[in-house]
Amino acid sequence: MIAELGNFALILALCLAATQAVLPLVGAGIGNERLMRTGRSLAVGQFVFLVASYAALTWAFVVSDFSVEYVALNSNVALPTHYKVTAVWGGHEGSLLLWVMVLAAWSVAVAIFSKPLPREMVARVLAVLGMVSVGFLAFTVLTSNPFDRLIPAPADGVDLNPLLQDPGMIIHPPLLYMGYVGMAVVFAFAMAALIGGRLDAAWARWSRPWTTVAWCFLTLGVGVGSWWAYYELGWGGWWFWDPVENASFMPWLAATALLHCLAVTEKRGGFKVWTVMLAIVTFALTILGAFIVRSGVITSVHAFATDPDRGVFLLAMLGATLLGSLALYAWRAPKVGLGGGFGWYSRESLLLGNNVLLVVSCAAVFIGTLYPLALDAFSLSKISVGPPFFDAVFMPLMMPMLFLVGMAPRVAWKQGNPQETYRELRWVFVVSVLLGIAWPLAMGAWNPLTALGLGLAIWILLTAATDLRNRMMRRRSQGLGGMLRALRPSFLGMHLAHAGLALVVIAISMVNTYEIERDVRLAPGETATAGKYAFTLASVSKVRGPNFDADQASIVVTRNGTQVTTLTPQRRDYDSQTGMPMTQASLHRRPSRDLYVSLGEPVGSDAWLVRLYYKPYMFWMWTGGLLMAFGGFLAAADRRYRLARDRSTVSQTDIPISGRDVRQEVS
Amino acid sequence: MLKRIFIPLTGALMVLGLLYVGLGLDSRSLPSPLVGKPAPAFELESLEDPERMITEADFIGEVALVNVWASWCSSCRSEKPYLMALARQGVTIHAFNYRDTREDATHYLAADMNPYDTIAFDPQGDAGMEWGVYATPETYVLDAEGIIRYKHIGPLDAQLVREEILPVLEKLEAEQS
Repeated sequence: MIAELGNFALILALCLAATQAVLPLVGAGIGNERLMRTGRSLAVGQFVFLVASYAALTWAFVVSDFSVEYVALNSNVALPTHYKVTAVWGGHEGSLLLWVMVLAAWSVAVAIFSKPLPREMVARVLAVLGMVSVGFLAFTVLTSNPFDRLIPAPADGVDLNPLLQDPGMIIHPPLLYMGYVGMAVVFAFAMAALIGGRLDAAWARWSRPWTTVAWCFLTLGVGVGSWWAYYELGWGGWWFWDPVENASFMPWLAATALLHCLAVTEKRGGFKVWTVMLAIVTFALTILGAFIVRSGVITSVHAFATDPDRGVFLLAMLGATLLGSLALYAWRAPKVGLGGGFGWYSRESLLLGNNVLLVVSCAAVFIGTLYPLALDAFSLSKISVGPPFFDAVFMPLMMPMLFLVGMAPRVAWKQGNPQETYRELRWVFVVSVLLGIAWPLAMGAWNPLTALGLGLAIWILLTAATDLRNRMMRRRSQGLGGMLRALRPSFLGMHLAHAGLALVVIAISMVNTYEIERDVRLAPGETATAGKYAFTLASVSKVRGPNFDADQASIVVTRNGTQVTTLTPQRRDYDSQTGMPMTQASLHRRPSRDLYVSLGEPVGSDAWLVRLYYKPYMFWMWTGGLLMAFGGFLAAADRRYRLARDRSTVSQTDIPISGRDVRQEVS
Repeated sequence: MLKRIFIPLTGALMVLGLLYVGLGLDSRSLPSPLVGKPAPAFELESLEDPERMITEADFIGEVALVNVWASWCSSCRSEKPYLMALARQGVTIHAFNYRDTREDATHYLAADMNPYDTIAFDPQGDAGMEWGVYATPETYVLDAEGIIRYKHIGPLDAQLVREEILPVLEKLEAEQS
């Protein structure tokens, strides 16, 4: 009964979404204020029904109602309760329900936080969000209904995939979906601005905090996914260039480019066309991601159970999005106009460079992901594109980009002065080069690529630090308070996010060069070493978990005779799939290194294969990701986005426009 | 102006077209033209021993699996526990190590024991071409006469092993005796 109520609520939400897609838009078109205002209430109503629907599915999981097919396939009586709650998004149907609920939550957030915006704009944004919602809700109801019954009900469920029974998997999908769906909001803003015919600085200012917040969630989602893969898969790898990973990485790259484009549009009124294109592309890439993961067109580790109907539906949605938005763009583009001009050496030109590099790397990942499919489609030949391709293409693109990340914030808008940059940054540059060369030497083995990576990371950190210092010193006369006030959240946030990127680069350079991986056979009492650490197998015992049996090794780690820690990797045999043991790695994390142990197969009577890793600076990978997201949140919280301001005059007063540009401005 | 519309539109249409075609080619259930034919001939070095040459004859003689893998392929890692489980049950598994380096491949096997009886080292993908390898991992079932009786593209999982691989193996064993 509860499941039927959930289904009913889901269908009602679809009806509300369909209404939301039409009424506010009509209202904005004919200038009817009442119709425009319906957007807000419809968005709230849709959200309420989706929460009800989601709660119903969660309830079915908690009480183990196996007459619901989705529950029977993804849960089990013995599954611990907190995993029953998170198993709701452990499969295709439920994760889609989470997706539409998050979309509704974003719509409500737009309805609440956009009070200062012109009501036509809000109405159009909500209408576009309603259309997106109709697409995903129809997809859920028609092809992937989580409430389908299974009669007669089985006595026990199949169980949640053991790989997903882990804290990392609890938070990964919601974060990722917050990011994906946030891109729908950005897309909606761009479409609303196109419909209204005003792509101006005000539009950029409204979209910017939404883009930033969505980008932060996407960053966290991708980061947590990588963190999970790192310790859960037992291979110590953190990125596999798997199609599904790429599916989340492509929107991230495009969104990063979009974020920087919006900065130009807001501050200088430039790059409008490029910004709209990126907003469309980013959103289209999130749908493409859903297509890749859920249609079965590309074979991957974490593909969901697939069904060609779903692929066709998602493809139709992708087509409607792309063709619809491009048609709108074609219709409206003549009204867009150009922004302020800029010199060949200016922050705009450097940001353009960064954009080109990001878009090209996004295209490279896109090609690498779809290339095997393309070749097969034309029956040319059969190949697999693996990490060798991505490493070879991606690295050379990232190097100049990292250099620009350090330099661009130090160059003036509109017209910079190369000599001034040279004067300001030459010592920073020299120090970065020297440290980049020296650091690998201190680690014991010198390698040009490592030196380049570390040098670039130090370059970013130093340019950011000196920029913050300069900004504060300019307010020296106003005392400490004035100096701290000089660090506006958006300014500080930008540098923190860049510093986060630098930390990730340090971690990647270090771990790729200096990681030590050893595969050893250990019997109780025997010792193996990795780097300066000695690992002694003390004992192996049987333990019983809530829904698995495990062999648990107890491995004592010492360094120079002093005990560091005791690690307890497990090899789990889940009740639901006996004979297919899963490894559960055990880690000891410190800022300068991770020690990582996973238990392999038993050999002989009492010996075990054990995999030992020494992974330097992995800690900075996750810290860097968190710092990037934190910097983004900080920037989005900047006061200037929250000021209610005069609704009609923003665009005129905000951009310093030269005489030539005024004629091209439409609004 | 026209160009500004034309380029994105063409790009979008090409991608959509490609995905549509791709959807039609269900890469998993596509029956290989080789099913029912004898195992294609090849001659490659052994992964463990460059001096020793391996040919299709080394794969023939009993009912066996032939698995195509590479150390860089994450899906191969995910299916390895199932291959280990099959090997423990006494199933003979031969393999092509596909477009890999000897060092990486040896390391990959050392990490978690080796489910394979014979491994042919195919760095250029030459034999892969003959066998119609679409993407790693792939798994073939050969009968005792060396006829390909089944092919699966993509990683093995518990359900696939239970519902397809094991029944095929049992049927072939039964035919033989």
